[in-house]
This record gives sequence, C-alpha cells and structure tokens, in this order.
Amino acid sequence: MMSFKLAFKNMKKNMKDYVIYFITLVLGVAIFYIFNSMDEQQAALDLSTSKQQIIELMIQVLGMVSVFVTLVLGFLIVYANNFLIKRRKKEFGLYMLLGMGRRNISVILLLETLLIGIFSLAVGLIVGIFASQLMSILVAKLFEADMEEYRFIFSQSAMIKTIIYFAGIYLIVMILNLFTVAKYKLIDLLNAGKKNEKVILRNPVISVIIFIISIAVLGYAYYFAITGVTSPIADKFMTAIGLGVVGTFIFFYSLSGFALKLVQASKKIYLKDLNMFVLRQTNSKINTTVFSMSIICLLLFFTICIFSSAISLNNSLNAQLKEMNPADITITKPYNLPETYTSSNGRDTFNYTDEQRADSLVPIMESLEKVGFDKSNFSDYVEISEYLVNGVTAKETLGPVLEGISRDFPALELDYPENVIKLSDYNKLQKLYGRPEISLKDDEYAVVCNYDAMKSYRDTSLSMGTKLTIEGKEYKPAFSECINTVISISTQAMETGTIILPDKAIKEEWKYNMLLSGIYKGQTDEEKQAIENKIVDISSNGEAVNNVVFENMSAFTKITNYESSVGISATVTFIGLYLGITFLISSAAILALKELSDSSDNKERYKVLRRIGADEKMINKALFKQIAIFFMLPLFLAIIHSIFGMKVASIILSVFGKQDIFSSIIMTAVLMVAIYGGYFLATYYGSKNIIKEEN
Amino acid sequence: MKNVLEVRNVEKYYGNKSNLTKAIDNISFKVQEGEFVGIMGASGSGKTTLLNCISTIDRVTSGNIIINGTDITKLKGNKLNKFRREELGFIFQDFNLLDTLTAYENIALALTIQRVNPKEIKERIETVAEKLGIKEILKKYPYQVSGGQKQRIASARAIITNPKLVLADEPTGALDSKSARQLLDSFENLNKNLNTTILMVTHDAFTASYADRILFIKDGKIFNELVKGSQSRKEFFEKIIEVVTLLGGELNDVI
Repeated sequence: MMSFKLAFKNMKKNMKDYVIYFITLVLGVAIFYIFNSMDEQQAALDLSTSKQQIIELMIQVLGMVSVFVTLVLGFLIVYANNFLIKRRKKEFGLYMLLGMGRRNISVILLLETLLIGIFSLAVGLIVGIFASQLMSILVAKLFEADMEEYRFIFSQSAMIKTIIYFAGIYLIVMILNLFTVAKYKLIDLLNAGKKNEKVILRNPVISVIIFIISIAVLGYAYYFAITGVTSPIADKFMTAIGLGVVGTFIFFYSLSGFALKLVQASKKIYLKDLNMFVLRQTNSKINTTVFSMSIICLLLFFTICIFSSAISLNNSLNAQLKEMNPADITITKPYNLPETYTSSNGRDTFNYTDEQRADSLVPIMESLEKVGFDKSNFSDYVEISEYLVNGVTAKETLGPVLEGISRDFPALELDYPENVIKLSDYNKLQKLYGRPEISLKDDEYAVVCNYDAMKSYRDTSLSMGTKLTIEGKEYKPAFSECINTVISISTQAMETGTIILPDKAIKEEWKYNMLLSGIYKGQTDEEKQAIENKIVDISSNGEAVNNVVFENMSAFTKITNYESSVGISATVTFIGLYLGITFLISSAAILALKELSDSSDNKERYKVLRRIGADEKMINKALFKQIAIFFMLPLFLAIIHSIFGMKVASIILSVFGKQDIFSSIIMTAVLMVAIYGGYFLATYYGSKNIIKEEN
Repeated sequence: MKNVLEVRNVEKYYGNKSNLTKAIDNISFKVQEGEFVGIMGASGSGKTTLLNCISTIDRVTSGNIIINGTDITKLKGNKLNKFRREELGFIFQDFNLLDTLTAYENIALALTIQRVNPKEIKERIETVAEKLGIKEILKKYPYQVSGGQKQRIASARAIITNPKLVLADEPTGALDSKSARQLLDSFENLNKNLNTTILMVTHDAFTASYADRILFIKDGKIFNELVKGSQSRKEFFEKIIEVVTLLGGELNDVI
C-alpha cells in the first residue's frame, strides 16, 4: 500500500515532466485505435460490394502498417520512459538511503508504469472513440458513400487490439525498468544530481571543415536523387538515401561548431542581448544530441514525403479519373488465338480450347449478344481492331532516344511490336469519347501516349522526325508531340503508346486484338449501374458458353475504375496519415521531453541571468529562441531533404499522372504546423514554467 | 561624501501571525561612496536576508532601502530589473558562472544585457581583466580554471558595468586560503583604485579584515560596529576576533 501511495504521489509530483509524455501516449493510443476501427466504420456505411472488398483490403494493409507503427511507438515509449527514470536517480537514491530495497523500488516503478499505462490507455481509448466519429465522416467522404443515419461507432476488436498491443509495450517497459534498477549503485544515485553536465566541445576549425564536407555529401546525394532516379529499386536511389543519411549525421555533428564560428564573426549579433547564451546553450545541446537530431530529421523527412505524396497521389488520382473515363466500358479481346501460346520469356505456356479459338474470331459485340447482352444496352458504342505491324517496334519509333529509355524502363522489350490502330478507327473512338478527331496524310503517322515518363521520350523522338518504314513505304510524324488522350478507359494515365497509321498502310491480317468502348444507355447512376450489373451477372452465372466468351474478354468499366481508384486513394491517404502522424508525434515528443528536462537542468543558469539583471522578457525571448532553434533545425534540414525527396517521389508516382505538388504541400504544412507546432508551444510554455523563479 | 546605500528601519518577517520569525529586526545603516563594508554574523543571523533585500532579490516587510538616491522598495517589475542590472554588481559564494560560456563571454554577458555597443565590449573586458589578473584565461571555460580564478571572473562580471554598489555574498566561502587572499587583494585594489563601493557578507574574520568597516548582526539586529580607521589589518583582525568571541559560541563554531 505504501508503494502504491508513493507511486501515485510521484506521478503527481512529476507531472511537469510527465505531462508531455502522457499526452504522447494518449495520442499514440488514440491514433492506433482510430486506424484499427476501420471495420466498424465500414459497417456503418452504405457501400457497394466492390467498395467493401476494397475496404477489406485497406483494413489488411492498415493492420500491417499497425505492426510497424507499434514498433515506432514502442521505441518512443521505451526511450521516453528511460529518459524520465534517469532524471529520478536522486529520488531513488534517497529511498535506498532510507532503507528501501531494490525490490521495493522496482515495485514502485512497476506500479507507476502500470498506473500511467492504464490511465493513458483509458484516456487514449476515450479520445480515440470520439475522434473515430469524425474519422467516419472522412471515410464516408473518401468512399463517396452516404451515411444512412448517424450512428455511434465503436469497434470492440480495435479496442482489444489496442489494449493488447499497448499492454505489450508497457510490459517491455516494466521489464526494462527492472534491469535499470538492478544496475543502480547507491553512490551513483546520490551523486547523480551533482555531476557536471558534460560539455562537449569540438574544435571549431575541424567543425567548419566537417560541415563543408557534410554539405558536399548532401549536395551529392541530392544530385543523385534528381538525376535519373526513376524507380525505387534503382541503385542511385539507394545511394542517394545512404549518402543522405550519412550527410545528415555529419551535418548535425559539425553544425553547431560551424554556426558558432559563423555567428561569432558578427559581433553585432553575437554580442546582442542573450544571443551569446542562447548560442552556447544550443551548441552544447546539439553536440550531445547528434544522434537523436539526425534520427528526428530523417523521421520528419519521411513524414513530409509520406504526407505530401499521399495527398498529391490522392488529388491526382481524383483529377485524372474523369479524364481517363470518357466511356462507361472498354472491352478487349485477342483476335485469332493460337492453339498454344508461349510467353515471350518462354516460361509460361497457355493452351486454348477450340471453343475459345472459335470465339476469338467473333467480334466483341457479337459475342456479347450471343450471351444475352443486347446492343440496346448501349446508347452508343464503337468496336475497333488493333494491329501488330512489322517495322513498328519501340526500336524504330524511339530510335533516337533508345539509350535513355532503356535506362529508365529496363523491362521494356524493344523488339516487341507496338500497338497500332487505323486512323478511321481512332477517329470513331475519339468521336465516341467526345474528343477531337485528326487527319493524317498518306505518309504520316501519329502517336497516342499519356504516360508522362514515356511521353517525354516519345515527344523527343517525334520532334526529331523519326521515320517508320512499313513494307518499303516511309511514314513521318504528323505532329511533333504525342496526342494526349485514351484508347481504353482506365484508372490512371497509363497509355504508354499506340501508333495511328493511315488505313491504307494496314493489312487486316496483322490484326491481333479487338477493342470495344461503349456508353451505357441511361441518364442516372442507378440506370447505368443496372446495366453494369447485367454484365456482371451474365459473366458469373456459370453457363459454359458464357465462360468461354468472358474468359476471352477483359474489361474495364468506369464504375469499377472509380471504385478502385477511390480505394487506392483512400488507402494511400490513410496510410499516409497513420504513418505521418505517428512519426510526427514521435519526433516532436522526443524533442519536447529533451528540451523540458534541459530546462529543469538549466534552472540555475536562468537564475544567474536574472541575478545579473536580465529581465523576464529577455529571458523568455532567449528561451523561445533556444527551443525554436532546437525544434526548427531538424525540420529545416528535413524540408530541404524533402524538396529533393519529393522530386524523386513525384517521378516514381508519375505512374499515377501529374502530381499536384502545391496543394499537397499546403496540406502537409498545415498538419505539420498543427502537430509539431503544438508540441513546440507546449514545450515553450512548459519550460517557461519550469525556469520561473519560485518566490 | 555621498551615501551610496542607506538602509532605513528595515524589517523582514517570515511566517504567519501565529509563528512569526523576524529575520531582520529594524536595521538601519549607511554606506558611503568608495567604502568597503563587511557584514558579519552567524548562520541564521539574518545577514543573507539583508543582502537579498538590498540586492532586490527579496522584498522588505517594512522600511526603506535607498541606493544612489532611489528607494528600491518602491520599484517593481522591469524597473527593478533595470535598476538591478545598471546599479548593482553581484559576486556569489558559488561563482554563478555559466559553464557553457567562456570567461570572456561570461563577462561580456553583463554588458550585452545592458545593450552596450558591441564595439566597446572588447576593450572594456580587457581593461577589467587586466586589473583582476585574468587576461590569460579569458578564452577558457569555467571548468578549466581554478576556484580563485572563477571568482575573479565573477568579480570582473560584477564590476564591468560600473555599478554603484557591488554586493558580495561570502565571496571566499568556496576558496582555499591562498585563492581567498588573492581575491581579497583584488577587492582591495578595486576599492582603492577604482573607488568601487563594496558591501560584503561573510562569517570569516580574515575575509572581513579587508573591509574598512564591519557591521555585526545577531538575531536580525545590528549588534556591533567596527571601523578599521588607521589600524593595520592584523590589528583590525584581532579586534574582529574579539567581537566574534563576544558574539558567542555560534560564530566561533563556524570559524
């Protein structure tokens, strides 16, 4: 009972130190709960089956991310706890001096951890449960679903999961505490308060040299990052990351020495007010926290990249959807299937049945009518043919830019023929899509491409007038750029290239594929959905003839495109938010705890300042500057990292079309300011309170 | 001679009605410009409380303290801070140097707080450092120098702003006897050559013997006053010892 009382009183007494730790725990628990309560959110919404499947997938992904988040939070909690315990050595020394055994101290610590654990779990869950109500609005908006009626959402499974995961973390903390206490020696505990703070000094000249090296390393890393990184597997990408990490570390290692030298050079700044004091304080602080500063900087860098990538991906996906889906459905079907087909790498062989081969000669609309899907379901449709033409391969169309393109797209098979369509077919299709038609002279060709990374190469090739030779006749580009439109509807701009040739240039025997695009009859979403359901029903009713027909065909529909895109953007948004917020509170919490404990260590110094006549305003200003520098430094470097990191990210994400970086940066900034800024202010006011003179 | 400090009927009470402690019980005295005054007393006699009141760190319960014509008991907030940094200099038993700053910077801080023109700072520090014999260690950090040197750095910080009154609280308390002697020599030097007015609290008779005049405090009241006059330091020291003996065992214990 005594131990319990002590534990409880200690908690109350150390509230100043604990309050940020406690808030962080509560936030951690709440976030964990919210992102794991998706199952109930889903149940509360009126969703189509396909959306439900997407959400289920999202829940699985979030579950995996949760494991990672648990690891991050676990480290944070262990770190923070260790840190707070270290500060109480003297107190433990006193207990031991009064005759309390290690066992009793362990019991006190155990009880404290238990109390904080239970308390933070309880508060965190309550916060989480209420915040998840707001979350459900976001979910509904992202999935464009109606909330039938407001319903209080509570996920029992999420609650249990949260309790289990966090109980696990607290258990580890308790065990670690036992080890810590077992190592304590009475004399060290009692002298803990007396020990002089280590003043780590670095030779300023060496600091300047190392700083210049760090800038060079970072510059090199940035250079690597922006030149030629196209995929995350590329060697350069890994090199850039590696150099960036090393550069960040030596940057913080040498920064304070360098900055000190720099500011000292300007007497006007250095010898103004308490600047000297601020700078020296920061100098010694950064020197003792090089490792955590670097880690925090990298965490912030990842946070910014994750946040803004997620948001920009989300934006660009939504913006693109409309453009990519000018029709309700596109069906493709290979023409004239062989008996067996061996994939180009020779690994897979497909055998086709006679029925399939027979059906592959039938036009798509005819096949559809055969299984009972009538023409009248379409208000309009177009069926075209696609061809493979000798002499039209990537090697020829991209002749002048082959080197660059095979570096960026190592998987591209240059010998494989490009997709070709007839001019008349192209115009019919674009007319259906409500887009401009084109005309070509007899010796001209054009290219359709909207996949950005590829388009730039194709544009170069076209503008250089790359000629194609088909059956001895030469064709030159009609335009110096690709036509930015779609052939097949899709979720993203991923038309990598289709060549349009005059009708006369193409022989019917080159036909390899058929494509039908149609617009459903019907004005409202419901009517269109009814037609879509008809196709889905026919394809899955199990009749043999239907199976043959549908096995040959593959289809994209506007409705599924929209839904899957919504799924991708929602998943990406949630993962971005989940990881971003976790990283952000972790790094901000570490900074805040460090700064607060420093403030109580440095109480004496502020007292000295007061004694020699510095007034409160001056002191508060100095404190503010110090904390601002401490918080802003890692953020500042992280932002610079991110400028280049985002460049790489946008190249990688260009699969999903043009990235709207600007608005995503604004969104990211708002989130950063809210969370990071919140911690910053809490730290400042907390510190101000700590250094206040007690009279 | 002008009065730099006048303490008029000062009282300082602690506690509440039922349990009242008079830390200072109606004390009055004056310090003139260029004087070096010592205040002696046992622990608990009220000498530190008195110093705290004079140094504006603590407030009096009643009475007035007039420094250079200003009644500091009437000052508040920022005016008080301004007064403290412009008119007073402090030297503490435990030096109170900032360990992250070099000796030079510690001294400079007192000037930058007063927003002295940065161009002047270097020259002023060098002049003072020369007088206190710490020119060689200006680039060093407090942990790299001896206790005596630390206290001289602190003294340099106290006097660099040309305060009207330097308040020293047990300045030799943490020093060995050799360093103490050196420090007191420099105090004497400051007092005689720069005409610095010093008010020093101590319980050490030897330290006190450097002063021109000594006030003895017991139980919050002035118990005795000794003036050095034309006596040698040794004679003065013996006089002090006599009074200390008279004061009773307490102080003897401390010595």
